Amino acid sequence: MVSALTRIFGLDNLALAEDVVQDAFCRALEIWKLRGMPDNPSAWLMKTAKNRAIDVLRRERNARAILPELRPALESEWTLVPTVNQFFAADAIKDDQLRMMFSCCDQRLAEQAQVALILHLLCGFTVGEIASAFLTGHAAVEKRFSRAKKVLASSKRLFDLADRDFAKRLSAVQRALYLLFNEGYHSASAESVVRVELCREAMRLGRILAEHPLTSTPATEALCALMWLHAARLPARLDAAGYLKSFFDQDRSKWDANLVSQGEQFLERSARGGDLTEYHVEAAIAWVHATAHRAEDTDWAKIVKLYDTLMSVRPSPVVALNRAIAVAQSEGPKRGLEEMGKIADRERLARYPFYSAALGELELRSGRNEIARAHFREALALARNPIERRYLEQRAAACENRSLHAELTG
Amino acid sequence: MAEFVYLYRGGRRADSAAEGEKVMQRWVAWMEDLGKKGHLKDRGQPLEHEGKVVKGPQKTVTDGPYAEKDLVGGFTLVEARDISQAAELSKGCPIFEAGGFVEVRPIMQM
Repeated sequence: MVSALTRIFGLDNLALAEDVVQDAFCRALEIWKLRGMPDNPSAWLMKTAKNRAIDVLRRERNARAILPELRPALESEWTLVPTVNQFFAADAIKDDQLRMMFSCCDQRLAEQAQVALILHLLCGFTVGEIASAFLTGHAAVEKRFSRAKKVLASSKRLFDLADRDFAKRLSAVQRALYLLFNEGYHSASAESVVRVELCREAMRLGRILAEHPLTSTPATEALCALMWLHAARLPARLDAAGYLKSFFDQDRSKWDANLVSQGEQFLERSARGGDLTEYHVEAAIAWVHATAHRAEDTDWAKIVKLYDTLMSVRPSPVVALNRAIAVAQSEGPKRGLEEMGKIADRERLARYPFYSAALGELELRSGRNEIARAHFREALALARNPIERRYLEQRAAACENRSLHAELTG
Repeated sequence: MAEFVYLYRGGRRADSAAEGEKVMQRWVAWMEDLGKKGHLKDRGQPLEHEGKVVKGPQKTVTDGPYAEKDLVGGFTLVEARDISQAAELSKGCPIFEAGGFVEVRPIMQM
C-alpha cells in the first residue's frame, strides 16, 4: 500500500504515504473492535487506505503532495477516483512494489539498510521488529531510516524499470532478497516466528520479481529456486520443542515436497542462457540435498564440486567452510579438517559459532572427544540465541557421553 | 489556439454502481483522449445537481435549480483552433450516451 501511495505522492512524501496507511490501520482496528473482523481484512484495509488517500488528495489539491504529472488527473473529480482506483488495482500494486524494491536498493545505501528499508516499506515491519530481526537497537534503526529516506526522497519518483541503471539495480535487488531470506533462514534473531516470516516475505517479493517480464532473468529464477528449495526444509529445522535440529538428523518426510517441486521448476527455467551466478550454484547445492531421500544418500562429491564452482564465482570464508564440511562428508573427517585449516581469511569466521562447531564435529568423528568438546565450548560462547546455545550444549554433552562410552567399552 | 468551455448539460445519472463505474471509465478515457491530442486545458469538475440559487434585487436564496431542465452537470476547459474544431471534438463526449448534450462556448477575451 505504501508503494501504491508513493506512486501518487512521490518518494519525497514517503512520510505522508506511511501516515495514510497507518491511519487506515488504526481506523480498521477501531471498527473491527466494534463490529468484528470482516471476511476479507486485507481488502478492507486496502479500501480504507484508498479512501483515506482520496481524502488527502482532495485536501491537498494544488498542494505539493502530488507528483506533477498526476496533478491534472487528481485535481479533477472527473478523474480523481478512477485514477486512484487504477493505482490500487492488483496488478498496479505489484508493479509499484517492484519499483519500490528497486528504489530501496539505491547504491548509496548499505546493503543492510536496503534490506531494512524493504522490510519496512514493502513488508510492513515496524522499527521494533526490524531492530529485533537484526539484533540492533531501536534508535539505530530509526537513525538508519531517516538517512535512508533522505536518499530516497532525492529521487522523487519510484525507480523506473526503463532506467539505464536497471541491470545494476536488479542485481542489487536480488542480493537484498537473498540477504533477507538468509536473515530469516540463519538469522541470529531469537524468535523463530520472525525468521519464518522473513523467509516468506523474501519469497513473496522474489515471486513478484520472477513474474515480471523485465526482471525474470535466469539469476532471478535461480534465486527463487534457492529460496524455495531451502524453504522446503524449514519445517524440519526445528523439533517439536523448538530446538534446532542438525541437518543430518532432520526428519526428511517433513520437507515440503510442493516447495521442492516449485524450486525445481525455477531451477530448470534458470538454466536458459549462459549465466552462472552464485544463486545458480547455491540452488544446485540445495537441490542435491532436497532430492536425497536419506542423509546418507547425499551425493557429497557432487556437492564438493559445486562448492568449488561457488568459490570461483563468489569466494568467501563461509563458502570455504561449507566446502570443507562437504569434503569431510565425502572423504572423511581428516580431509575435512585439512581443508578447514586451508581456509583463507579464517579470522573472519572468528565470531561465527558454526566454524568452531564444525571443528568440534569433525574432531568428535575422529574420536578426539576432549578437543571436540573444547571446540563446542568455544562455539557456545559465540552462540547468538537460545536456540543455537541449546543446540551447541547438546553437542558438547554428546562428546562427554561418547568419552564415557569409550571408557566403558574400551 | 483559442480556449473554449464545454458545459455538460442534461443526461441521466447511472442506475447502478456497476453502470456508474462504466460511465466513469468512459469519462476518464475521453479526457485522456483530449489530453493526448493536446486539446485539454483543464479537466474542470463535475457538479452536483442540488444547490442554492441566489436571485433578484433582494438576493433571495432558494434551493435549486431543480426546476430547470438540462442542468449544467460539469465543465471542462479545452483548446482548439476555432469553434468548429471545438464543436467537432466534443462529439467524443460520453454525455451523449446518457441523453445529454455539450454546450461549447468560447472564452470571451476582454
